[in-house]
Amino acid sequence: MPSYVNPEKCDGCKALDKTACQYICPNDLMVLDKEKMKAFNQDVMMCWECYNCVKICPTQAIEIRGYADFVPMGAQVTPLRSTDSIMWTVKFRNGMLKRFKFPIRTTAEGSAAPGGGFETKGDINSTALFTEPASTGMAEVFTLNK
Amino acid sequence: MANFENVVVETDLLILGGGMSACGASVEAAYWAKQNGLKVTLVDKAAMDRSGAVAMGLSAINQYVGLKDGKNSVKDYVDYVRNDLMGVTREDLVANIARHVDSTVHLFEKWGLPIWKDEQGSYVHEGRWQLMINGESYKVIVAEAAKNALLQSGVGQIFERIFIVGPILDGDRIAGAVGFSVRENKFYTFKAKAVLTSMGGAVHVFKPRSAGEGLGRAWYPPWNSGSSAYFTLKAGAEMTCQEVRFIPVRFKDAYGPVGAWFLLFKSRATNAMGGEYMVERKSELENWGPYGRVKPIPANLRNYLGMLDVMEGKGPIFMRTEEAIQKIANEYKDDEKAYKKKMKELESEAWEDFLDMTISQAILWAASNVQPEEKSSEIAAAEPYFIGSHSGASGAWVSGPADLQTAGTKNDYFWGYDNMSTVKGLFCAGDASGASSHKFSSGSHAEGRIAAKAAVKFILENNTMPKVDQAAVDTLKAEILKPMETYEAFKNATTDAEVNPNYIKPKMFMFRLQKIMDEYAGGVTSNFTVNKAQLERALELLGLLKEDSEKLGASNLHELMRCWENVQRMWQAEAHVRTMLFREETRWPGYYLRADKPKIDEQNWLCFANCKYDPKNGNWEMIKRPIHHIF
Ligand SMILES: Cc1cc2nc3c(=O)[nH]c(=O)nc-3n(C[C@H](O)[C@H](O)[C@H](O)COP(=O)(O)OP(=O)(O)OC[C@H]3O[C@@H](n4cnc5c(N)ncnc54)[C@H](O)[C@@H]3O)c2cc1C
Ligand code: SF4
Ligand code: SF4
Repeated sequence: MPSYVNPEKCDGCKALDKTACQYICPNDLMVLDKEKMKAFNQDVMMCWECYNCVKICPTQAIEIRGYADFVPMGAQVTPLRSTDSIMWTVKFRNGMLKRFKFPIRTTAEGSAAPGGGFETKGDINSTALFTEPASTGMAEVFTLNK
Repeated sequence: MANFENVVVETDLLILGGGMSACGASVEAAYWAKQNGLKVTLVDKAAMDRSGAVAMGLSAINQYVGLKDGKNSVKDYVDYVRNDLMGVTREDLVANIARHVDSTVHLFEKWGLPIWKDEQGSYVHEGRWQLMINGESYKVIVAEAAKNALLQSGVGQIFERIFIVGPILDGDRIAGAVGFSVRENKFYTFKAKAVLTSMGGAVHVFKPRSAGEGLGRAWYPPWNSGSSAYFTLKAGAEMTCQEVRFIPVRFKDAYGPVGAWFLLFKSRATNAMGGEYMVERKSELENWGPYGRVKPIPANLRNYLGMLDVMEGKGPIFMRTEEAIQKIANEYKDDEKAYKKKMKELESEAWEDFLDMTISQAILWAASNVQPEEKSSEIAAAEPYFIGSHSGASGAWVSGPADLQTAGTKNDYFWGYDNMSTVKGLFCAGDASGASSHKFSSGSHAEGRIAAKAAVKFILENNTMPKVDQAAVDTLKAEILKPMETYEAFKNATTDAEVNPNYIKPKMFMFRLQKIMDEYAGGVTSNFTVNKAQLERALELLGLLKEDSEKLGASNLHELMRCWENVQRMWQAEAHVRTMLFREETRWPGYYLRADKPKIDEQNWLCFANCKYDPKNGNWEMIKRPIHHIF
């Protein structure tokens, strides 16, 4: 059952115009049962356990239970993602707990400027791409005939 | 049957896919399109923030040449790639990516990707070409820059959750693409002056090792289904290296990455007897021409030595994580505080490697009470995948850049625009373009930029809208929506929607394909081994499967997507089988063995084995193309 939804926590994303888990799943697996207003994974055998639905759910209703056909039971890996870091809690089968925290980005969300502040010198016929050669850190782009 | 609304979108440049190369293409195209008053449209089957192979994140950037530091040259990278692919590489394409990839990585850093730095402020290398990153949000950040580029410049529009099926043509020129929404009953026709294919590689063409709930836990993400290969094949583009599959050796079952263990932690892999296949089987390398003597040893040869151990009953093979961590920490053994700190640091690095890109492996470790500093973990060869951007090479045959040709290469490798396939106006990048492997995430992004700039140039020099034959589009529409019609017509013929003599559901269709490939085309259960008779049998069975693809049944839009994903996989499979049949030698043991042609044959087969499907008459043509050096 790779990703699964806790019915007590899922509110069907009723505050949003579409459900967050359905929006994000790269494999189109998460769907909303409109009668119950609860989400579910419609084809667990095609789930990559990528955790994108888990990370995005506003009510933390989604968890992952390792693939039953080869993963022993009882472990849990849970992320808590903020705007600049992610905190992981790893619970072992024997009950041991480990916590890890990693940075995820160094800039403000939404701020990525395509050109990165580099100047562009080339034209459409040159080998230099947008932002080049400045972004290469070299005076010019490598070529063979020199 | 439900009515599908027709939606027609006209654009100048059409970018198919929203992954690494498509994001690179967006940033580049937006700039040149803005200058020239052109429109750019991007279509992704998923949400760009988390689509493609980098959806989960990555823990390393695998291609960084570091030209500005003067340590490596473009030629060094080309040598590395050519050797790793046993001599079969387009040097012009690899060099083109290598000269631009650093600039892509520098952009990633500006956009906010945390790249590890040492005390001097230099990037921390995992290996010679690899950089360590905190990559949980790698794709989110790269997609953000791409979306900002397209949307803020006003030149672009983005369509998500549209599944692209195939091409539309105007004679020998690409005219656009068709697909459907997986959210509402809409059929899309995109008309464009140039099209850039970047829809990734293919997984689940072969049966995965895990066939229960863990079916989705292939190394490669289950959502890339060979759409690029199908698209270019159906457009009539010449394809290359369709025999060069990739089989990664990874932590067993959850397929956690091994790169950091081998390169950063310098771990050994040992067999059941404690022997080290890389040492004990060294002499085997001499059987594989000049490629057995190069450093690093080609990926397929490393695989092969391990596979020989397993075939001889010397498995399981263990990654000696405990030994590797101890060895590093021991350097601090005289200072208890420093030792503890180092152990903690190594433990965190080891877990992050999985948590950033293969969380299943972290679950498996926790579920098996594995602490890597205390216990080894098994590694094994996965099933075959098609990923021309990684250590495979399959993709379309594309033109190289003008300035990286020599008198000897230009007749064979150059026809006007960087990364244009043999179909006019059809460009390819990332997994979609072949014979230029080891571009990985960063090189795919760089190649997307290269291809997009060239596509804009193409549009400026061929600035007419191709003609689209509406009757042909209508035929495609009927064909694409047919599985839903079939299902509706017959669903009441039985009491179980899954079992019906009139149609086949996409999942069973996929299993049938996987069984054929697994048993006759060198999957896991046939020990990655094939021969002529087996391959011919595979073609025969694929032929029947192709006939039955007309009887696919879909109960909803999601299943309709699954139907077409599997048709695309089937075409990737056919190109693969045909090319393995054509190449009468074994060049990549460890990827596959031709048991009837067990040796490498430099005399006859140091060449590209290309293939081409003719959409007009349905014939396949097999072509040998020469390998030239540019350095
Ligand atoms: C498990 C794994 C680990 C890897 N580790 C590393 C690493 O550590 N470092 C590194 O640098 N590289 C790594 N790579 C390689 C890297 O991920 C790829 O090289 C890169 O993502 C290829 O880019 P692409 O644009 O060709 O494909 P992708 O990034 O996969 O993008 C494909 C896009 O096409 C879309 N698409 C697919 N089909 C359709 C369709 N029919 N219609 C519309 N859209 C469609 C997808 O939604 C997606 O947006 C790894 C790859 C894998 C699979
Ligand atoms: S994102 Fe969470 S709350 Fe929203 S529908 Fe999905 S499971 Fe329910
Ligand atoms: S874990 Fe990933 S593949 Fe599985 S349902 Fe969630 S988003 Fe989809």
